[in-house]
Amino acid sequence: MAVSVAQRLSATGTGNALELRGVSRLFGALAALTDITMTVRPGERRAVLGSNGAGKTTLFNCITGDFLPSSGTIRLFGEDVTHFPVHERIRRGLRRTYQISLLFGGLSVLDNIYLACRGVSRGRFSLIRPRRNDALMHSAENLMEAVHLTEARDTKVGELSYGQQRQLEIALALAGAPRFILFDEPAAGLSPTERRELIEILVNLPSHMGYIIIEHDMDVALRVAESVTMMHNGAIFKEGRPEEIEEDPEVQELYLGGGHG
Amino acid sequence: MAVAENPDNAASAGIVSVPATDLPWWDISRIPAAYWVVGVILVILPAFSSNFVLFQIFGWSLILGMIALSLMFLAGYGGMVSLVQMTVAGVAAYMMAIFGTSAIDTISVGWSWWITIPIAIIIAMIFGTVSGALAVRTEGIYTIMITLAIAAAFFYFARQNYVLFNGFSGFNQVLPPHVFGVDWRAPVPFYYLTLFWAALAYLAVLYVSRSPFGLALQGIRDNPRRMAALGFNVTAHRVAAYTFASFIAAVGGILLVWLNGQISPGAVSVGPAIDILVIAVVGGIRHPVGPFIGAIIYVILRTFALDILVSLGLAGERFQLLIGIGFLAIVFWSSDGVLGLWERWRQRAGRRDPLTGEAAGSSGEGG
Repeated sequence: MAVSVAQRLSATGTGNALELRGVSRLFGALAALTDITMTVRPGERRAVLGSNGAGKTTLFNCITGDFLPSSGTIRLFGEDVTHFPVHERIRRGLRRTYQISLLFGGLSVLDNIYLACRGVSRGRFSLIRPRRNDALMHSAENLMEAVHLTEARDTKVGELSYGQQRQLEIALALAGAPRFILFDEPAAGLSPTERRELIEILVNLPSHMGYIIIEHDMDVALRVAESVTMMHNGAIFKEGRPEEIEEDPEVQELYLGGGHG
Repeated sequence: MAVAENPDNAASAGIVSVPATDLPWWDISRIPAAYWVVGVILVILPAFSSNFVLFQIFGWSLILGMIALSLMFLAGYGGMVSLVQMTVAGVAAYMMAIFGTSAIDTISVGWSWWITIPIAIIIAMIFGTVSGALAVRTEGIYTIMITLAIAAAFFYFARQNYVLFNGFSGFNQVLPPHVFGVDWRAPVPFYYLTLFWAALAYLAVLYVSRSPFGLALQGIRDNPRRMAALGFNVTAHRVAAYTFASFIAAVGGILLVWLNGQISPGAVSVGPAIDILVIAVVGGIRHPVGPFIGAIIYVILRTFALDILVSLGLAGERFQLLIGIGFLAIVFWSSDGVLGLWERWRQRAGRRDPLTGEAAGSSGEGG
């Protein structure tokens, strides 16, 4: 996917890619997120770690706008998007994938990716069918090739294998010109080979494309991220470089301790 | 065609199997033979059928099919079961009577057809869009309840309002105009008029289903949350779907008032609103041809059930029972209506599906 110089400059220019200030989210009396303050630079790749219920996915839902935060502000590339609906944030370059694939089971692979490309461009309401030389259809086909799904072009997504559905899940987040992507456990349930392919895709993303990845597999997380945020009970527990986090005694006790030994 | 670049196609020397989506939509060779047969029969039908069959069976079926088609568009592609489609058609019908000519000349304005028709369609589309805007934030059973409530409210309003809607008796003598020297209420011209608009509506729905708008609607049906996460304004899309469906329902409503020559609250009561749902479900809501199949079954039952019951020595007014049993039987055997039954039969016969072009065994291979 060609990215123009202007797009690179605008992405890496002023402001942080993502800035959360005092973001909290309550579900009734339950505090799913408490006072999250974090800053992600443009192009930065960060892993979010934490046990189940640490609030990682809730954090994603607040950033994309699926939930509005109970308090706090969210800035995307310097713009306050706290009260923006989901689609407005997406049109500003934010993308996300889901822990459990959310795909369009009744449509073909190409149609799924085409919709993703169409969603962030004009003509969403067009009643005119795309022509064969349609530019968006071309970028959809290129993207389909990039995630190795060309063979499944006309297959209905409901009939794809689990691994293929995970690949498609990622393809949908790469459509258009993403500036910042949230990956929610993209490696969950993948075979070792598929994991290697996934790591390759992530590592080879254009350098201006920052992301946050939620990942339980430390080996994957540490290979694809340059900074790590540890979450615990809805709050940020520790932030730092991967090596620091891995060696931190508190972190080891909390997270790596039992399962990793 | 970039056949040479595609290794799959290049490998199969000789017969190049082109996926259905690669041919342009207007390519005539894409149309299956069955469609040609049905099309030709429909066009030459007046040559060998009575006026009764043309007008009361096919005219009525095509009109009900169009109104049910507008529901199929919303339910099949958008996942929104709307019970307000008959009411939208009824609004268009009432507007034809109010702004055009009828026997109630104290109310009817008497404007010419070429101004009345656009007004009727636009008002019906506004009505359908507002109904949709109220309904789209709900899902499933709540959409059905809200649209049913709107339908019931309009029925009671039309029945009780005498200033504009002439209350219980409604309007009669609402007739199509004489244009180009043709009396469009005469059976043969009216048949061709309804056939033309029904075919146009059918093709429009088929065409739009593969447009960005139609694909997005199907995406919203499958997964509204993900559609928002791809940059689509889900609410706006759903409302726009109601607007599009309202246009089809409105055209159906105008033809309906011309067919009956009258419009009264009974035509927009809860019964007919549910009949449209029954027609769409019995026919099948997966493909735009379904509503027309459902409509012709419904009309035939409505027309002949009475005679059959009487000949069997039963009370004629129990024809609703026959329709109900037919509905139950079809839904029981196939949740996809007659279309679903047909598709399963095709699969068993091991042929290619005429609607999607998929090999019939594909689901077997997948599982």
